[in-house]
Amino acid sequence: MSALLEVEDLTVTFRTAHGPVDVVDGLSFTLERGASLGIVGESGSGKSMTSLAVMGLLPPTASLRGRVSLDGAELTALPESKVRRLRGDRMAMIFQDPLSSLNPYYSVGMQIEEAYRAHRAGVTRRQARKVAVEAMERVHIADAARRVDHYPHQFSGGMRQRVMIAMALSTEPDLLIADEPTTALDVTVQAQILDLLQEVRRETGTALVLISHDLAVVSEIAEDVVVMRHGLAVEQAPAERLFSDPRHPYTRALLDAVPRIDDEIGELRAIDSIDVVGGKA
Amino acid sequence: MSTTSTGHSTEAEAVAPAAASAPAASTSRGADPLLRATDLVKEFAVPGTGGLLGRADTFRAVDGVSLEVRARETLALVGESGSGKSTTARIVARLMDATSGEIVFDGEPVTHAKGERLRRFRSDVQVVFQDPYSSLNPRHTVERIVTAPLLYQGRQVPGGTRAFTQQLMERVGLDPDHHRRYPSQFSGGQAQRIGIARALAVSPRLVVCDEAVSALDVSVQAQIINLLRRLQREEGFSYLFIAHDLAVVRQIADRVAVMSKGRIVEQGERDAVFDDPQHEYTRTLLSAVPRIRPEWERARREAAAARAASGHAEETAKQTEEETT
Repeated sequence: MSALLEVEDLTVTFRTAHGPVDVVDGLSFTLERGASLGIVGESGSGKSMTSLAVMGLLPPTASLRGRVSLDGAELTALPESKVRRLRGDRMAMIFQDPLSSLNPYYSVGMQIEEAYRAHRAGVTRRQARKVAVEAMERVHIADAARRVDHYPHQFSGGMRQRVMIAMALSTEPDLLIADEPTTALDVTVQAQILDLLQEVRRETGTALVLISHDLAVVSEIAEDVVVMRHGLAVEQAPAERLFSDPRHPYTRALLDAVPRIDDEIGELRAIDSIDVVGGKA
Repeated sequence: MSTTSTGHSTEAEAVAPAAASAPAASTSRGADPLLRATDLVKEFAVPGTGGLLGRADTFRAVDGVSLEVRARETLALVGESGSGKSTTARIVARLMDATSGEIVFDGEPVTHAKGERLRRFRSDVQVVFQDPYSSLNPRHTVERIVTAPLLYQGRQVPGGTRAFTQQLMERVGLDPDHHRRYPSQFSGGQAQRIGIARALAVSPRLVVCDEAVSALDVSVQAQIINLLRRLQREEGFSYLFIAHDLAVVRQIADRVAVMSKGRIVEQGERDAVFDDPQHEYTRTLLSAVPRIRPEWERARREAAAARAASGHAEETAKQTEEETT
């Protein structure tokens, strides 16, 4: 049986005034059912473009080469209408800013119901509403039966992200991609959302791709880690190996640059001086 | 501009008792702190309440905050969003008036300072903001940006605009040849260096950093933290460092004040606050910070130390190997 998600030699190219630019350059990885993968990198590393490519959400100015397969089905060869059916059903995504992903004019319940019904033909309103309440209960929104009628502005940032997770989970997807899901949140709320993502994965068996700039966040969640820089995967390894024995100079430099909470380190190491060598190796 | 660089070159930056080692603070009286804020309160009217007759409901964003910043030290004000830390910083920098409370700078009350006294205060206290692109005029060149504070204060630019700008740019690690460029032509980290250069232009004695490194990538953030520490060693000014990232605070602060819901819940020497937090909220905050497993960290650091000890021979060999694959 094939892996849940297979990405093979994925290249994403943008046409610019200065010629074509590969923002993702020959990336390959696989993700088993129920597993978790962290993609970590700084801005411009291509980590978010990777997730958009998997979801089939690349902007029109981008072109894609390589193969992305979900559960054996080659997404990159499917017509858009088929990909749309899978997106939000078998694979779902949450973003950094839940407020811009939610419509302020509709109650959160209606939005979860709409997302669910879009993928479940013939489902009644009442059934959809039941699913919405259950999804909100699963992400521990207290008093879900009442909160389901509230509007996005009536929720705090952390609660909105819970709503987004509830919406993503309503169709019980096989794959959840979380792109910087906690970056805009306070540290105590971040801890709760990370716990929730772990719990969801454990209990529903949804595989998780976590995209983050924060190495510590990735280290707490991911079983396998890909480190990206300038579109290249400079290093990929199981989390323990990557964090205890980083092999690539860039990974080492990145880990050295992370400010530590348990100790003052003298001069933090800057990364300018590190040249990426053999990135594709 | 005269730098006040002294023998404080150790990385640990053990802070000497306040005024004793502060040549810049020659006007300080005895052991007075550089800045003392007492019982600051800031109330905002709640929108939609109150009318023609009734008073609006108020929300206390800052609720009785007292703090001191000593000469040459870094006081970090940490807290989550809505804790009132940024409002406190704005009040201290006189960018916003407090509802009540008192601010004394260098022994002089400045809470209601106006005119010449406020002008003097503004040159002693500078602010570096989180987003350099929104806090630097996009239509002005670096030259114009960094000399603006001097011009506003009706002061001469020492040594002429170009030389002055170029010298400042060098001190913050920018290429002096780029003095006529615009903010958008710089990366985020470089633009933040321009913001820092602008703050330095008037030789301040207190620099308020409001989430100044929060929006930066980790590698760039490390560079800016290093820069901020170096400049403090060279110039001898103090920082009021507003941040939500506790790991960053651990790298830069001498003392830490933890804010929650408009109040300071705990205040003390940095290591004491981090290693032995007294307040429940501080403990919650610290335990919520994501961390790489200590055993992984230890293994990595030991391996790095071993590599460093055996010279860089292995490293070089490995790189060569990778280049050939």
